[in-house]
Amino acid sequence: MSKGSPISPSLMATKSAGATKAPERADRTADQAVVAADLAAASPVLGPNNVVPPTVMTGSQAIVRSLEELGVDDIFGLPGGAILPTYDPLMASSMNHVLVRHEQGAGHAAQGYAMVTGRVGVCIATSGPGATNLVTAIMDAHMDSVPLVAITGQVSSGVIGTDAFQEADIVGITMPITKHSFLVTDPNDIPHVMAEAFHLASTGRPGPVLVDVAKDAQVGQMTFSWPPKIDLPGYRPVTRGHNKQVREAAKLIAAASKPVLYVGGGVIKAHAAAELLALAEATGAPVVTTLMAKGAFPDSHPQHMGMPGMHGTVSAVTALQQSDLLITLGARFDDRVTGVLKTFAPLAKVIHADIDPAEISKNRTADVPIVGSVKEIIPELTDAVRTQFEASGTPDLTTWWAFLNNLKETYPLGWTEPDDGLSAPQRVIERIGALTGPEGVYVAGVGQHQMWAAQFIKYERPHAWLNSGGAGTMGYAVPAAMGAKVGEPDRVVWAIDGDGCFQMTNQELATCAINKIPIKVAVINNSSLGMVRQWQTLFYEGRYSNTDLNTGHDTVRIPDFVKLGEAYGCAAFRCERDEDIDATIQKALEINDRPVVIDFVVSPNSMVWPMVPAGVSNDQIQVARNMTPEWEEED
Amino acid sequence: MSRHTLSVLVEDKPGVLTRVASLFARRAFNINSLAVGPTEVPGISRMTVVVDADGDLIEQVTKQLNKLINVIKIVELTSESSVQRDHILVKVRADAATRLQVTQAADLFRAAVVDVSTDSLVIEATGTPEKLAALLSVLEPFGIREIVQSGTLAVGRGSRSMSDRALRSA
Repeated sequence: MSKGSPISPSLMATKSAGATKAPERADRTADQAVVAADLAAASPVLGPNNVVPPTVMTGSQAIVRSLEELGVDDIFGLPGGAILPTYDPLMASSMNHVLVRHEQGAGHAAQGYAMVTGRVGVCIATSGPGATNLVTAIMDAHMDSVPLVAITGQVSSGVIGTDAFQEADIVGITMPITKHSFLVTDPNDIPHVMAEAFHLASTGRPGPVLVDVAKDAQVGQMTFSWPPKIDLPGYRPVTRGHNKQVREAAKLIAAASKPVLYVGGGVIKAHAAAELLALAEATGAPVVTTLMAKGAFPDSHPQHMGMPGMHGTVSAVTALQQSDLLITLGARFDDRVTGVLKTFAPLAKVIHADIDPAEISKNRTADVPIVGSVKEIIPELTDAVRTQFEASGTPDLTTWWAFLNNLKETYPLGWTEPDDGLSAPQRVIERIGALTGPEGVYVAGVGQHQMWAAQFIKYERPHAWLNSGGAGTMGYAVPAAMGAKVGEPDRVVWAIDGDGCFQMTNQELATCAINKIPIKVAVINNSSLGMVRQWQTLFYEGRYSNTDLNTGHDTVRIPDFVKLGEAYGCAAFRCERDEDIDATIQKALEINDRPVVIDFVVSPNSMVWPMVPAGVSNDQIQVARNMTPEWEEED
Repeated sequence: MSRHTLSVLVEDKPGVLTRVASLFARRAFNINSLAVGPTEVPGISRMTVVVDADGDLIEQVTKQLNKLINVIKIVELTSESSVQRDHILVKVRADAATRLQVTQAADLFRAAVVDVSTDSLVIEATGTPEKLAALLSVLEPFGIREIVQSGTLAVGRGSRSMSDRALRSA
């Protein structure tokens, strides 16, 4: 298990934050404390920047030593031929290596670890199929900007290109889904490539970086020294927002009568939740948090309108649609948020702050673009807004708030009881959140249960909600929860999974049980690929083509999730009645020596509402089937 | 759609051409031509990319290219402020009867005859795409056997050097 105490700077942190964190790390090696702290504050090389004089070692030893020097504590992986040399020195390392059962599990675990800790997640696989099994997780990390370093073995450089055994061009395969990738054939390149990989993964817009190391580079001799020189002339992420643009943004905010803070996952990646709260309260504007941003702003805060998008709240979706100013922070106008783009927030001007310049004006043209880290931009914007309000007066948002509060009261999130007598999946999920509380970590798969987990669990803090947002990867939950638990061993970690998703990656329960990673898995078992089934109900005349999984009520129950959980060494329960829900969750919360699997048998007929059907404007949001809100009060 | 010429300084690393080319493919950007070669600075190559894109799209192309770690600098070269040249090799049918006419046509375009055989000539020409198109239309009646054409090369007019400035800011 992880020691759980971060010793490397929080990723995405600004230079000043790095400097304040540095002494904490350096305390561990008191003799180098001052020097290391100074160095680390200025150096792009992650970790304490210990000085290691030139030492002869093998490439494999250099990989392991580089990881140690970079401050890595935990690694997820699975060995094989082309990475075997590196697994040998790894055995002697103080780093904790978690042996997974499938490389995809290693990738998602590293993502989960990165999402809760803010540190770079690390996964290792061998060449060929080992490496290609990482592809889904790498793509997932790319879509959701997760700092990830994937290390893969490659066949010896002499046979690259000959279709050697377990050879795959993984650099080529992952080129479109990585922030960058390296193929290492000379062992002397290992230290600087490793440092560059961690620097790239963790700074700017975070993302996955692949390091593919040929077997002869692992076996060969090299001279190791630390810290290496990082040479990336083409990589200069901008963190500080342009002053003039920030002042322009403040002017627009002062002039707006229907502003909305449209908050995306970038605010969580940048660790800027506290800064956001200050800005929200300074502006008095309503806040919507996207699927990736749940927890960036407390759900309980009266200014919070909920989640926008296809399954967003009426108040959040309408706030954006009716707004005259979107204050966009670390969000990217994803199609699941905007619906039909040209009808999205048609009257709004757009302020768009993002660390990735390519996101600005990609989908929606920004009136005031601000390139930089929201960690730095938000406080500056807050100051500029206060100054502007003092000069030109605080805008009167009374009418706007009256309209939105009325929507929020009229169309709260809720559900109807299923007509088949089975439990409502929403209730199960709501109770898990209520009984576990906001200090827990909730990791969802993809589909209906994911949306319900976003809707009915109350998020009060960042890094408490993990899901596969951009990629929509079924099977994310169990391994990502495992990684999250390794990163935050003292928190309760729930995987809220569907019966379809769970069958894609549940082999990692073995990893959890053997390595004492006691996650809790709630299988929201509606016996079907629920979200697809919902679309079939709504848009394909109820023709349920290939969505029945036979895992639920009145079916053959293959597999039996309770037996499956027990076979993997987990505590396992089945819950089929409303009156047992609380007691079953309580029982799971009391077990901390092994993973828990609960088969919550629920109705297959429950649907996710509200919903904006695909291909229509967000104005067509439905609160239930064929029911759109009454808009007469909108003016 | 309007045509844009981008000069792109890149690190001379394996795979950099693939990174640029696959970026264009996966983002559905229209690439008209691409030429790449070494520069006066060791370790740095320069690509000239001609793209068909409208205003908003060319901005997105540039931003996406800039996200590639191996890309150091991008400059858009307008036709007024730069020299832009294509290079072409054309194999034209030319026997004793027509050879003189073909070589005269080549002369008019300041093109060179670089290979002669009993029934054909290879003509080498450099110029703007418009000039080369004109040359081809003049040669067409004689019978064109083969055309090989490079991507556009472009360099800014005046004494300033793109790589100088790029390396200073790097």
